[in-house]
Amino acid sequence: MKKLFTLFLLIPLFFACKTEGPVDPDEPVDDFNRQSMLAIWADQIIIPYFQNFEAEMIELQGQTTTFQSDPSSENLADLRQSWLDAYMAWQRISMFETGKAEEIGFRNAMNIYPINAVDIEENITNGGYNLELPSNLDAQGLPAVDYLLYGIGENEEEILSKFANPAYTTYLVDVINRMVALTATVVDDWEGGYRDVFVQNSGNSATASVDKMTNDYIFYYEKFLRAGKIGIPAGVFSGNLLPDRVEGFYSKVYSKMLFMEGLDAAQDFFNGVYADGSDSGQSLRSYLDYLNTIKDGEDLSTLINNQFDAARAQGALLNDNFALQIEQDNTAMLSTYDQLQMNVVLIKVDMLQALNVNVDFVDADGD
Amino acid sequence: MLTGTRSNENIRFVDSWIRYINKHTEAAPLAVFRIFFGLMMFGSIVRFWANGWIDKLYIQPQFFFSYWGLDFIRPIGIYTYGIFLICGLSALMVMMGFKYRLAIITFFLSFTYIELMDKTTYLNHYYFISVLSFVLIFLPAHAYYSVDAWQDPSKRFEFVPTWSIHALRTLMFIVYFYAGLAKLNSDWLLEAMPLKIWLPSKYDLPLLGGLLQKEWMHYFFSWAGALYDLTIPFFLLYKPTRWIAFGFVVIFHVLTRVLFPIGMFPYIMIVSALIFFDADVHKKILGFIQRLTRVKLDTFNNGKMWAFASTRSQKMVIAILSVFFVAQFTLPFRYTLYPQELFWTEEGYRFSWRVMLMEKAGYANFKVVDPETGRRMYVENGRFLTPFQEKQMSTQADFILEYAHFLEKHYQTKGIRDPEIYVESFVALNGRRSQPFIDPSVDLTNIHPSIRSRDWILPFKDDIKGL
Repeated sequence: MKKLFTLFLLIPLFFACKTEGPVDPDEPVDDFNRQSMLAIWADQIIIPYFQNFEAEMIELQGQTTTFQSDPSSENLADLRQSWLDAYMAWQRISMFETGKAEEIGFRNAMNIYPINAVDIEENITNGGYNLELPSNLDAQGLPAVDYLLYGIGENEEEILSKFANPAYTTYLVDVINRMVALTATVVDDWEGGYRDVFVQNSGNSATASVDKMTNDYIFYYEKFLRAGKIGIPAGVFSGNLLPDRVEGFYSKVYSKMLFMEGLDAAQDFFNGVYADGSDSGQSLRSYLDYLNTIKDGEDLSTLINNQFDAARAQGALLNDNFALQIEQDNTAMLSTYDQLQMNVVLIKVDMLQALNVNVDFVDADGD
Repeated sequence: MLTGTRSNENIRFVDSWIRYINKHTEAAPLAVFRIFFGLMMFGSIVRFWANGWIDKLYIQPQFFFSYWGLDFIRPIGIYTYGIFLICGLSALMVMMGFKYRLAIITFFLSFTYIELMDKTTYLNHYYFISVLSFVLIFLPAHAYYSVDAWQDPSKRFEFVPTWSIHALRTLMFIVYFYAGLAKLNSDWLLEAMPLKIWLPSKYDLPLLGGLLQKEWMHYFFSWAGALYDLTIPFFLLYKPTRWIAFGFVVIFHVLTRVLFPIGMFPYIMIVSALIFFDADVHKKILGFIQRLTRVKLDTFNNGKMWAFASTRSQKMVIAILSVFFVAQFTLPFRYTLYPQELFWTEEGYRFSWRVMLMEKAGYANFKVVDPETGRRMYVENGRFLTPFQEKQMSTQADFILEYAHFLEKHYQTKGIRDPEIYVESFVALNGRRSQPFIDPSVDLTNIHPSIRSRDWILPFKDDIKGL
């Protein structure tokens, strides 16, 4: 018995000796520094893009106030332009649904489409709406502004006449104010303590930053870029053409632009391209390249980048107006979908395996 | 003359077999095994419950993957908690040796039921528990230092048949040795796969993290692991090396605990390995336990030998266990009956002690076609499966087929009279590029689940040599 106990006591010691011995204190623990990758993600990509989006939103808010006091044709044009700028800036941050954004359901509040026009009209007519209710998620956000600026009338004249009714401008202002407030919550959190929490959580678990961000990224790519912008309206999941499900349905001509920006955003994040475009740093690509030097496998990062390029080339052939494209020639939409789909396999199967990232919330035992 | 010699030999063999069956040894090792086994199982159930896994794995999912021919075994809603309760209580009773036979049978049935409810959660460890508890049904593990024997002196025995302890050692031998044999393949030994994928991601371990980035460490762990599995049962059997071998058992399993999300299994293996020690070690352990329970060990040292109630029941038990062990030795080789690469198709992969051999990632995109209208659509798997189920489904052909049949029924209720289901699937195995997995031109609704070779799996475009 004594022997047994001594043995149990000795085990930790044995461990310590065994592992301490060969480690050279001057040598970096690991040749790939995840923490500096996280710092680049936070400081050069996520936070600057969020700040940019916030600036665009404040600009939009300002234009709305101007429009509210003078609903003229010029002011409507300015308002539409700053809505479009904000929507484009949104494409850069939609994938970063982590931390505060995840907590408050940022993406759902900002960009659910198709919106429910009936609900919006009822809210406007009845007043006393509460935009914080989940049932109002499809009556707000950037798509609701799309509806208000382009969809409430057949033409500009009709739209402006609708805005003569202050209930419409009030609703527009309320929707935008809520978006500004939500954006500020998220940006403040990143600028406050969350940046350090994010960067320091560099471990290996389903809740560590690298794993979480990679999962979020893949989720965005699969669900919002591939399915949301292309697959669902093209009828991939329903077997029916659903042209009214395109992003920017009411403004019509921006759906392709928004999609292409989202695609660029996904590829730039993969490559670690800085928000100001000045440089690029550690990223999923360089992490893959580093791991590749260990296992001497295929050049996965190049394959993924090539596939991004192929999807972009295919997307470039589409009409600016996706709804029109779907009605006239849906096969071009399906071809774009196929190109996006091929990258799902590379990202979700090959990249995930190489990174050995924990799949979201699977915390059961393994063999 | 010749026949005479043979029958003499036969008689001699039968004689020595009968002598072996009737040989007795001290009961203490069996009692210690029972106590630790019950305790570990109780702990496992509590842990499972406390982690919220009953709800997450067995209540929340809307669909469950069944084993072939066992699709009547599935979770029973909120009452599933009852099964776990029964399982945990019977584990406690096993530990105490209280109404032992009833307890161990209940434990075996409830645990095995849980294990079979959804094959998403298949683990070799769970199978090992089922196998162990099945064997324990037939062993007199309550003859010594149990509530049963304490209450009733007529059930108290200091000695039990030697074969009962050998049966447990044999199971341990099988687990280790077959796990070792399974590692004798080119991926494990020549490529250090999948450890080359797994170990570098443990960069955040104190002290070890940096070392785990080194390629030589991946090879060292691969080869050391294979060598350990193949040789440890022999070193445990051989008395002069037993203590040092047990030291290795502890180190090995603690290390696997540190490196992999492996739950209770390392601890179960460590305490189970005590079965290789002589009775005096176990008597010392029981001596320690008697200080806690205040039930004197001496009470049980009555010099009596446990025997079967009748020769008929002895014959029956020996026959059952013999068949069982023959099956245990042969079942892991059933994969040789299948033509394709084992790691790729996983035909004959489970229930064979193939532990931690593969890193697989997959993607399965199901296409539903209505042949009457030509309408086609793809399925969002997240609507029907949990992320864990989807992960398991996308790399295993039997899951894919079962899910396809589920989709067929689902779309029938959605108004497609005779849906065709196709799958575009990709699987990456042990660091290779992903390859197409299932033949995308096969309508899976026409394939019936069976254990026959699955010719609708596309061939593996590489070669893994070895066992």
